[in-house]
Parts: sequence; C-alpha cells; structure tokens
Amino acid sequence: MQIFEQAAKSLDFLTEERRAMRWRKIWRKLLENKGAVFGLIMVLGVIFASIFAPLISPHDPILQDVEKRLLPPFWQAGANPAYILGTDHLGRDILSRLIYGARISLVISTSAVAFSAILGTIIGLLSGFYGGKIDNIFMRLADVQLAFPFILLAIAIIAVLGPNLQNIIIVMGITGWVIYARVIRAEVLSLREKEFITSIKALGGSNSRIIFKHLFPNVVPPCIVIISLEMARMIIMESALSFLGLGIQPPTPTWGGMLADGRVYLFTSWWLATFPGLVIMLVVLGINLLGNWMRDILDPRLTQL
Amino acid sequence: MKAYIIKRLFHSIFVLIGISIVVFIILHLTGDPAALLMPMDATPEQVAQFRQEMGFNDPLIVQYWRFFKGTLRGDFGQSFRHNQPALSLVLERMPATIQLTLAALAIALIIAIPVGIISAIKRNSLLDHLGMTGALLGQSTPVFWLGVMLILIFSVILQWFPSSGRGGIENLVLPAITLGMYSMARTARMMRSSMLEVLGQEYMKTAKAKGLSPQMVILKHALKNASIPVVTIVGMELGTLLGGAVITETIFAWPGVGRLAVQAIYNRDYPVVQAAVFILASIFVLVNLLVDIIYTYLDPRVKLG
Repeated sequence: MQIFEQAAKSLDFLTEERRAMRWRKIWRKLLENKGAVFGLIMVLGVIFASIFAPLISPHDPILQDVEKRLLPPFWQAGANPAYILGTDHLGRDILSRLIYGARISLVISTSAVAFSAILGTIIGLLSGFYGGKIDNIFMRLADVQLAFPFILLAIAIIAVLGPNLQNIIIVMGITGWVIYARVIRAEVLSLREKEFITSIKALGGSNSRIIFKHLFPNVVPPCIVIISLEMARMIIMESALSFLGLGIQPPTPTWGGMLADGRVYLFTSWWLATFPGLVIMLVVLGINLLGNWMRDILDPRLTQL
Repeated sequence: MKAYIIKRLFHSIFVLIGISIVVFIILHLTGDPAALLMPMDATPEQVAQFRQEMGFNDPLIVQYWRFFKGTLRGDFGQSFRHNQPALSLVLERMPATIQLTLAALAIALIIAIPVGIISAIKRNSLLDHLGMTGALLGQSTPVFWLGVMLILIFSVILQWFPSSGRGGIENLVLPAITLGMYSMARTARMMRSSMLEVLGQEYMKTAKAKGLSPQMVILKHALKNASIPVVTIVGMELGTLLGGAVITETIFAWPGVGRLAVQAIYNRDYPVVQAAVFILASIFVLVNLLVDIIYTYLDPRVKLG
C-alpha cells in the first residue's frame, strides 16, 4: 500500500514538475516575442488602471472647472503641470478621464465578449453535434446576421431600447456569436467521427455528457483564440457607440465620448480628440499582438481570423 | 453549375426574408411602436388613435405580412421628417455611399495587393516587417479616430483637403482613406498569406525548373492563383465598408445613406432607418451572391453545393 502511495506521489510530483516546465516554456516563448510582451503590458495596464482608477487618477474625472478649461498638455506653452495631458472644454483633467474611461471600456467589452462566447459556443456545439434541422436554422441565422452592417443594426437597436449598460452589453454580445458558432461547429464536425467520441457513444454515454465532458474541452483552445481577437473588436465597437452618443451617457467618461467631444474643438485644441483615440489604438494593438501570439501557440490553423 | 447558382439564389432569398424580419422587429422591440413613433408630448388618446390607424393592434404576424408586402413594392412608409417616401430618400443618397465605398475599396486594393505580394516574395525582409507592422496598425486604428486625425493633419494644419461635404475629388480623398484603412490592412495580410501558400506549391517549382525568369514565374503563375482568394475578400470587405460608411459619413458630413440612417435614428424617423438598413443589407447579400458565382468560374475546383 505504502509503495503505491509513494509511487502515486512521485508521479504527482512528476506531472507537477512537467506542468511547471510547460508554463516556464510558454513564458519564455512569450518573452521572445516583443509584440506579445507589449500586448501583455498594455492589457495589464488597462486592467490596473480600471481597478485602481480612484487611487491613481490625479484629479476627479467629472469635476468641472471653467477657469482651467482647454489647458494644453504639459509640454506646450500655457500648460499647468498639474494637468499632464491638459484639460477638456469643461476644465476636466484628460488623464483622469482616460483612466476612468478604461473601466467602461473594459467592463463592457469583457461582458459582451463573455456573453457572445457563451452563446456562440453553445450554438456551435449543438449545431455541430446534432446537425440536421438545428444546424440548418442556426447557420441560416448566422448568414442573416452576417449580412447586416452590424454597427448600423446595433445603433438602431440601442437607439430604440435606450443606451444603458445592460442593453449595450446584450446588443454587442449578440453581434459576436456567429464567429464562435462557426469555428466550433466545424471543430465538432471533425471531432464527432473520432474514435474517442464514437466509443463513448458505444459505451452508452449520454449526448449531454459527450457534448460537455468530451467535446467542450476540445474546443476551448480555438475559443480562447477567438476571445482574444474579439476583445479588440469589442473595445473598438464600444468606443464607436460612445462616439455616436449611444454608449454610456455623460458625465461618465468614455474614450469614444471624449473623442466625440474633442472633435468640436479640433481647430483650437488638438489634444482633446487625440489622446483618447491614441489610447484606444494602443490597447487594441496590444490585444491584437497578444491574440496573434496566442493563436500561434494554441491553434495555428486559425490564421484566417 | 446551374443547379449551384439556383441553390445560391434561393439561399439569398431566404437571407433577404430574414433581413426583413429583423428590420421589422427593430420597431417592435419596446413592445409599443406607437409610443416610439409619436412625438414625446402626444396625449395618450393621440397615441391610441395612431396605434389604431397604423394597425399596431393587429397580431404581429399580420403586421409583418403587411410590412413584407410593402417591402416587395419598395414601400417602407413615409419619412416623418422629410415628408417623402423613405425608400426614395434612401435611394437619393445611395450614389454618394456607392462612390465612397468604391473609392475606399479601390484605395485599399491598390495599396494592399502590392504590399501583400512584396511582403510574401521578400519574406522576413525589412519591407515585409514594415508592411505587416503597418497592416497591424491599420487594423488596430478605430475608424472614427483615424478620420478625426486625418482632418486634424490634412485639413486643419496643412489645409490640403476640405474636412467635410461632397464635391470634387479633393472631398473624396480623406473619407476614402479613412474608410478603406481597415480593409487595406486586412487585405494586405490575406494577400501575403495567400501568396506564400502559392509560392510553396509544386507547380511553382515546375515553372522555375522550366527556366522561366523569376519575374515571369511571379507574374504568370503565382499572381494568377494567389488572386483568387482576393475575389472573396472583395465580397467580404464590401460588407465591412458599407458598415464602416455609417461612421465615416458621419465624421466627414458625407451625404450618404449611412449618415442619413444615423440622423434618422437620432430623429426617431424609423421608416427611414428600416429602409436604410434593409437596402444596405440587401446590397451586401447581392454582392456576395455575385462574388460566389464569379468564384465558381474562376476556380473550377470549388465544391458546388
């Protein structure tokens, strides 16, 4: 008995060691890829900014001060060094608003991505596994949805329902399910005929058991790749909605909303519109770089995404 | 071939019906379209009367049937704002949107295809890295920020191009670049990977072994085969472009369908919203039908069915 236990322990130790080695290997690979490192820094930066916004913001993001309106960033003449990136048309600190804006961007895009990933994965699993009518209905639905200029559809729906957090997340989430469903369906179609699945079927495994215990773990890697790339799209979409005035409403700072405000002052105060867009671009670029790296590691077949 | 085209045609009709259902539903999302369509200060009696007049008390299926018949006749109702049939309002703005979309597509392809080809031929060279970094940046830049920055640089600072409106070619330059950037980036990356795939094929070795000059091999053999996927890209990008036109037209005050739709959403002019969404989505469906048919001629290997 003791021998067994010992053997089990040493085996455990081995797998643990192996797992640690695998992580170390992935970490080393990450460090080799400069783009991925940049991406990781960007992503961690945004998460950090949104969690600790009240602690790291130099000013209150919605506090207006007419005397300090339209102050330029610190390196230009007439700047106030307390406002590093300057102030907007209502005298609010741009840097603080950018930091707080990360919250809205992150909360909405992660929620929307989670929503569409769950929806799309379930549909993809069911479509691929059952085929037939269910598959037909979902895939035709996907065709219909792909035919829409989705930003137009999203703004039409949000304009009708009203721009609140919940509606924005649901509408953005619904625009995203198709890609998960299609990729996962294709994956399941090829897995369905594999021996390990047919043998479970022969052993009398229930459909739900096959789908969730055996098929699902196999579609996780492509799913993670899509999630990472969809994050970038959702961040852009959230800021596009805010830009059009259909995002989270003022005075809550959003990157897209700041950009829209700044457009009016483009001819006199360039920094209002420039910084929010720069932040969006850097964050999206970071996520794309990290996503590309993850795709190469997890599932190189998905290069077309 | 004929059977495939007929099948594809039926498929498109099905998608168009799906689109009409979605467009119909938009108005009914809140449950009470009458309240949505009437002015805010209308009395409950007026709303009730309007509801009766418009037939909103009928069962949904009856209402949809009425809407569907109207769609077939091109009747989306009167615009509340412009006192003109919604469809004719949309069709009036169509040439502007088509001009912008085609210009954007042209710019995207003219730049993306050579960049993709050169990147593939000179793989891992400085040119390749530059091209692909540019493409990644292009894919990460939000359309609305790019538009605003182009206005800042080329209209405000350099004063080379006007910042808004439609007129001569100088009005078209900035909006077309703005709209085309994302497609340009994506097409360049796809062209590169498509070209790389072709360059690895056996017939390329044969062509080289025959003693053809490298230029001839690239021009006659590689390019022809690598350009097949580009046809599909054009179909896909056209959808992206039509959707992106909504934001680009808003930024540059370009008098197209997208701007009309956004204004109609703000003015709660729902017949115009419905007509615009339906027409844009239908164009996308038809273009893709056309692309699929052309594709079968270009690449006989395509599985018909």
